[in-house]
Amino acid sequence: MKILVPVKRVADPDNANKVKVSDDGTKVTSDGLEWKMNPFDEWSLEAALRLTEDVSKKGMKGDDGKPLDRIGEVVLVSIGPKDAVQTIRQGLAMGAERGILVEAEDSSLDSHVVAQVLAAVAQKENPDIVFLGKQSADGDSNVAGTKLAEMLGWPLVNYATSIRTEPGSDTLTVTRALDGGVQTIEVKMPCVLTSTDRILHPESVKNGVTPEDHKYPESEGGRYASLKGIMAAKKKPLEETTLEALGVTPKRTEEYVKFALPPAREGKATVVESVDELVEKLHSEAKVL
Amino acid sequence: MVCVRPSVREIGPMTVDYYGIDEELSEEERLVRDNVRRFVSDRILPDIGRHYQQGTFPVELIGEFGELGLLGANLKGYGCAGMGDVAYGLAMQELEWGDSGVRSFASVQGALCMYPIHAFGSEEQKERYLPGMARGEIIGCFGLTEPDFGSNPSGMITVAERLSGGGFRLNGTKRWITNGNLAHIAIVWAKLNGKVHGFLVPTDTPGFTARKIDDKFSLRASVTSELILEDVEVGDDALLPGVSGMRGPLSCLSQARYGICWGAIGAASSCYETALAYAKDRVQFRRPIAGYQLVQNKLVHMLSEITKAQWLTLRLGRLKEAGKVRPAQISLAKRNNVAQALEIARMARDVLGANGIMYEYPVGRHMMNLETVYTYEGTHDIHTLIVGQDITGLAAFE
Ligand SMILES: Cc1cc2nc3c(=O)[nH]c(=O)nc-3n(C[C@H](O)[C@H](O)[C@H](O)COP(=O)(O)OP(=O)(O)OC[C@H]3O[C@@H](n4cnc5c(N)ncnc54)[C@H](O)[C@@H]3O)c2cc1C
Repeated sequence: MKILVPVKRVADPDNANKVKVSDDGTKVTSDGLEWKMNPFDEWSLEAALRLTEDVSKKGMKGDDGKPLDRIGEVVLVSIGPKDAVQTIRQGLAMGAERGILVEAEDSSLDSHVVAQVLAAVAQKENPDIVFLGKQSADGDSNVAGTKLAEMLGWPLVNYATSIRTEPGSDTLTVTRALDGGVQTIEVKMPCVLTSTDRILHPESVKNGVTPEDHKYPESEGGRYASLKGIMAAKKKPLEETTLEALGVTPKRTEEYVKFALPPAREGKATVVESVDELVEKLHSEAKVL
Repeated sequence: MVCVRPSVREIGPMTVDYYGIDEELSEEERLVRDNVRRFVSDRILPDIGRHYQQGTFPVELIGEFGELGLLGANLKGYGCAGMGDVAYGLAMQELEWGDSGVRSFASVQGALCMYPIHAFGSEEQKERYLPGMARGEIIGCFGLTEPDFGSNPSGMITVAERLSGGGFRLNGTKRWITNGNLAHIAIVWAKLNGKVHGFLVPTDTPGFTARKIDDKFSLRASVTSELILEDVEVGDDALLPGVSGMRGPLSCLSQARYGICWGAIGAASSCYETALAYAKDRVQFRRPIAGYQLVQNKLVHMLSEITKAQWLTLRLGRLKEAGKVRPAQISLAKRNNVAQALEIARMARDVLGANGIMYEYPVGRHMMNLETVYTYEGTHDIHTLIVGQDITGLAAFE
């Protein structure tokens, strides 16, 4: 199984206070920001790694020196400036096999262009799955996956909470959590998926090879890159390409008109003495009751 | 485009980096730092206060240390990660950002136990021990210090005699031995015909006893023990063949001290980050205390010392990678960084007021831990004497 996982670098959400808008309000300045892999992409990457591994052979190597626990291929693709290579390396260090950087200025991209680029890469790579994050933690647009599926004419399952498949099968059984219950979808590959954090649950991904009773550790993100993984990532192939080389003529559909920082939060905390007083205040002051 | 929303996942506070040292690091080094920090933040911080309070080491994490490649990370081959010295140092920094006891575990395992086997062991010893030690399945301890010989280990009493039928018999007592009660294998330094040699002693050998030292107020999330060797008999294959004399243990200490130089920066950073956040939040006399000159003076002092230590230690690491570092240069950094970290921890403790003595905040724990770090691996003053001897040519030890 071959899975294409798009990964985006986003400003570290924990250092949001460092983000600045240029004086004329036309762009966001990225100087001095710390970059992280978009957390939503990391969830999908983790799921893709689980789909393509056999944990019973963890750490074992074949005579050719290739890891035996990898039974499929995860290809990372990032669209962005040269620095985005570091985000791809993080994914390679976590276990993906190779990476593609499509060089582009952050400011020249919108969801439509991203989907165009990914469609071109997908047509070249022919993966079984393109597994995206449901959105990026910075733009929050939430449309790239859907547009991509439309462009490719592939089936789409958004917000996957679990995935099950068998070796050799061309079908995935994917669940989604809905308000009223769980929806189970059978989807034929090739397909486009996005995920929610439930995909990180210890038993959310079953590929029919990793022992059925295996439980992944509880985690709020993808796996840690081990120091050996980081060393190995240095030697993994990383291809650099451009929009032109992919034959993409970017057609932006969004225009950013103005950026402004959110107003400083006001809000104050009041300590109340009793439940009665709290109820009273919620009623008379906060007016929520 | 870049606009940001609040945290999706707690990754822990940023690394203190006032001068953009990040740009001096390779991609690989940054990845090591960030991944180890995330591991420490997710897996160590939530429970370390409880371990410290109860005086226990988080043994449940040893397997994960191995999986991450933190054990013997800068050694080549035998299942070790083969990282560069700066990447290794950054891993130690992040571990000690969590707790000095946790970093001590990794230092003892990697620098004091795996390193001598790697450097001075036979091929058979390396194959037998190193892969399991890298995975955290075999735990080591390093027995050099004795009750009556601390700063002056060459005076040690522990002896080894060659047995007529082959093998050796060991007798003596080692004290203050980290991991002593956790270890499967003890590296015991003993005098054989008056010369110091290293012996690999399985801790289940008859005559070997480890006694846990409780009642410490420092490095509580780490096991410290006394080792008693009474007619302990080991085979010929227990001797580390590649070294004799004090050069053996001293070369291990150089490795471990190098890691401590980085570790101290981690502990200091944790204290500074906590003090800065607290001072901005804590209001007294109607203003955040961070707005008062005296408090700013403390914060700036902390940042200034951390920044100096970072550059000093990065340079030390590059020297080590180039194979050019001298032990006295490591002494200078150990002496400086640990003393500064201890001072920073005390200042941070002060900035937090009464909260500074609570387990809820890491500063009190770091402050107490650093008292150990100040003393072990060569006390502050012993490092002064090492550098003093280096620059004057005159030894002031005796
Ligand atoms: C928690 C902990 C863990 C440890 N883990 C290990 C371990 O794993 N393995 C191991 O072998 N050891 C370990 N040690 C021991 C440690 O290395 C020693 O404590 C250290 O070397 C100092 O020895 P000492 O305690 O005997 O102090 P002493 O040598 O008695 O020193 C006491 C004081 O005298 C000063 N002093 C000594 N000699 C001189 C001199 N010539 N001139 C001026 N001043 C001098 C010292 O600087 C110090 O201030 C550990 C210690 C602790 C506290």
